This record gives sequence, structure tokens and C-alpha cells, in this order.
Amino acid sequence: MRALAGVSLAVGEGEFFGLLGPNGAGKTTLINVIAGLVRPDSGRACVMGADVAREYRRARRLLGVVPQELVFDPFFTVRETLRLQAGYYGLRRNDSWIDEVMHHLDLTAKADANMRSLSGGMKRRVLVAQALVHKPPVIVLDEPTAGVDVELRQGLWQFVRRLNRDGHSIVLTTHYLEEAEAHCQRIAMLKDGRIAALDTTRNLLGSFSGLELRLHLDRDALPAGLPGEVLGADGTQFRLRLANPADLEAALARLRESGVTIREMEVHPPDLEEVFLRLTGRPS
Amino acid sequence: MMRFATLCTKELLRFFKVSVQTVAAPVLTALLYLVIFGHALEGRLQVYDGVRYTSFLVPGLVMMSVLQNAFANSSSSLIQSKITGNIVFVLLAPISYVEFFAAYVLAALVRGIVVGAGVLVVTVWFVELRLEAPIWVLAFALLGAALLGALGLIAGVLSDKIDQLAAFQNFVIMPLTFLSGVFYSIHSLPPFVPRLSHDNPFVYMVDGFRYGFFGVSDFPPLASLAIVAGSLLVVSLLNLGLLKAGYKLRS
Repeated sequence: MRALAGVSLAVGEGEFFGLLGPNGAGKTTLINVIAGLVRPDSGRACVMGADVAREYRRARRLLGVVPQELVFDPFFTVRETLRLQAGYYGLRRNDSWIDEVMHHLDLTAKADANMRSLSGGMKRRVLVAQALVHKPPVIVLDEPTAGVDVELRQGLWQFVRRLNRDGHSIVLTTHYLEEAEAHCQRIAMLKDGRIAALDTTRNLLGSFSGLELRLHLDRDALPAGLPGEVLGADGTQFRLRLANPADLEAALARLRESGVTIREMEVHPPDLEEVFLRLTGRPS
Repeated sequence: MMRFATLCTKELLRFFKVSVQTVAAPVLTALLYLVIFGHALEGRLQVYDGVRYTSFLVPGLVMMSVLQNAFANSSSSLIQSKITGNIVFVLLAPISYVEFFAAYVLAALVRGIVVGAGVLVVTVWFVELRLEAPIWVLAFALLGAALLGALGLIAGVLSDKIDQLAAFQNFVIMPLTFLSGVFYSIHSLPPFVPRLSHDNPFVYMVDGFRYGFFGVSDFPPLASLAIVAGSLLVVSLLNLGLLKAGYKLRS
């Protein structure tokens, strides 16, 4: 089975880059290739110019990966885990940085707690801390907020945004499209191991510039001559797609002319989920 | 060097933190073997001239403990890391396959030696034990522990599940150690058994180790040492080949 085919992309230094796609699209495989956990049959991956196979030591020093799975070593405390991880990167006494990372991830109180005793959210924070112990300029977050409560999610994003502002390049995979929309400057959408779209978040959203208009009227039929496409009707409630924002005024004018009373109205701008669903061929 | 030292430290801490299970338990097991086999066979089994059976038994039990625990350390650590997924922290780091190999084998060697020393300390009170040539004792203990640590690493790499590793342990390591002359002299067995024993490298480890205590052995100690060292070299090269290829570690 071919997990990735013809994927070619470059993430700029200091960029916040999103990697989206349905399950099995190849996101984690791509990340594992970059991390050296999967060896590709062909092609190459580089981290800041360092080939992940030929110059693996340099490439791995430049990269911090937060794995998707909630893995930990049950023999050690949080501090021991972080010290060992730093040692794996050849760093001897970097306790001041470890303390700083623990502080930012709200782990200080748990520094001497065994990994087994931590909640899932806390273990996730330790995974992030482990990826940062060697101060990598490139940070890969593979579904970092999966199964994480809202409070931690917000704290995590604040910290990741700060790292990005400090110059770290961030590569993010997530199922939460609103997270990608909120944080990523550019997005690649993968489908069946290939890139289905690769553009700035703004351009991707702009390419689907239509609005969705949801109406609750005083009758169960729409007047003739309304602009846009009817997406659905349920009694006196209707969903219309308008090709561009200018059509909104025309639609409202037509409703007024027809003597229709609008009981409720909602206007939905395009979101990444719609782009994602269209590009990945899933029904909206 | 720091990467190797950290990985080795991690492996050492892993077994020291559960030393009741990894050190005290095998020492107790060896003591029970001594009490039961010593009581049952003392005076019934003729081994070396002038050497009582219980005295003969102690070096065998020490070496058996060294070998089994060295194997258990590297194999169980690696399979647990693979199954729980935390091996990823080592694989993501800039650790070379040589550093990986050396760290696992050295930690396994240390556990084997610690347990072996524990068995010796506990059992030596019950028997008269000479120490004719300590250098041989040390050489066979170190080489034997390294060989079994390296074999354990291969078993850990090849196994995907605990029961596969258990099969390797129960059907390969256990019979080879029990048939290695721990409890008897090879020459006191029926004629076909010594011939079979010639193909068992564990025999040479136990026999050479025992030579260091009594100054007598079934095989010339230098030849035994060469066989053990050769086995260690072959197993190490096989290990390095597997680790370099990332077999069952990097897909």
C-alpha cells in the first residue's frame, strides 16, 4: 500500500503550517518520514537543509516532535523524563530550561510526580515539554489537542503561539479545523497520500467565498427569483448558498418585495471545514 | 558519549527502581536452587575430585543468574518500550545504532553482574568456595553477560508481543542454561549428552566461569573463552545489522 505519493512541499522558517486531511490521508506518515521514524522507499526530507537520513543527527537536533499517541515511560517522574530526553540530545545540565518549559506548561507542581499518576492532559503537556527540551527551531505537533480539555487546549495554544512568535517554525496536524484556521498561515490538505490543496489559509478560505444563508420564514415556500442555490428546506426553514456577499442584499430585497416576513436569519461565512470537505470529496 | 551515557543510565535506573523484582527475586530463586538441589544431591553426585556438590553448584548458579538476568534486562526493556510506544523518544533523538546497542548491552551486563554478585554473596555462606583464578571468573562473567544482553536485544527487536519473547526465553534461553552444566559436570552424563553440549555455547560460559573457582574444568578455559568471545562477536554483528536497518523499529 502506498501511504504517500508525490508529496512535495516546503515550510518556511518561522511559519505556522497546518497539515490537514481525513484519517488515513498520510499526515502522520509524512511527519514520521520527517522525524526519521519511517524510511521512505523514494524521495527525501530535510529539516533546515539537513537530510533526515544522511545527516540524521543534525536533522533530529533541529526537530522536536510531539507524537500523536499518549506515550510515556512509567518508571520515571516528569523531571526525570525531561532530563533523560535532554540527555538523548547530548545536553547535560539544562535544568533551567527544563524548569522554564515546565513552568509554561503548568507542570512545575507535578515535577516529581511519577508519569503513571498524571492525567491524560498532564501527560500530553509532558509530551510537549519532551519535544522542547533541546530547544528545536522546528516543532511538529501531531494532533496535540486530541482528547484534551478546553482549558489545557487554550493554554497549549498560547504557549505554541509564543514559540512561533519567538521564531520557531510550527507544523501542525489537527482534526479541529477551527484550530488550523485560527493559527496556521499556510495549509496543506492531504487526501489519499497526495496534496489536494496547498495555499495560505486566507486564499483557501477566499477560494470558497460564498455565504450560507439560513432563514426561518412565515411560510413554507420561497419566493421565485431568489439568488443562490437552495441547499435544504425543512418546513418554514431554508438553507441557501450565495455565490458572493453582494447577493445577500439582493436576496433580502427579493424577500421584502414578496411580502415575506423573516422570523430568524443567520449568515455563515465560509470556514475551513467547508473547504476541507469539498476538497476531500466528502459530503457537506 | 552523553547520548550513550543517558540511554545506559535510563536502562540502569529502570531495573534499579524495581530492584526487588529484578535483583532480590532472582537471588532468592538461586538460593532456593542451592538449598533444594544441594540437599537432594549432596553426596549422590560425583563431580570434581575433592569438590563437594554444593560447592560445585554455587558458581553454576551464579553464572546462570548472570546470564538469565542479562538477557531479561535488554529483552524486557525493549519489548516494553515497543509495546507501550515510548521507544519513540529514543528513536526521535540523534542516537546512533551503535550507541543504542552499547547502552542496552552495558545496562544488561551490569544487571547480570549485580544479580550474580548478589547470588554469590548470599550463597557463599553455605559452602566452602575456593577462588583459584579470579581473572577467569571476571572474564567469563563479563563476556557471558554481554553475550546474553546482546541476545536479549535481538529477541526484543524481533518480538512484537510479550508471548513471542516469552517463547524465546522459555524454549531457547531456559533449556540452554539448564543444559549448560549448572547442576552437573558434563562428563558425568550419558555419552550422547556431552556431545550435544559441545554445541551449546552456554556450557563453555559456565565451565570457564567454574574453572576460575576450582582450577579444573571440562574444557580448556582458553578454548571456552575463545568460543564465548566469538559468539559475542557474531551476535553483536547481527545485532548491529538489525539496528542499522531499523528492523521492526523504524518502518
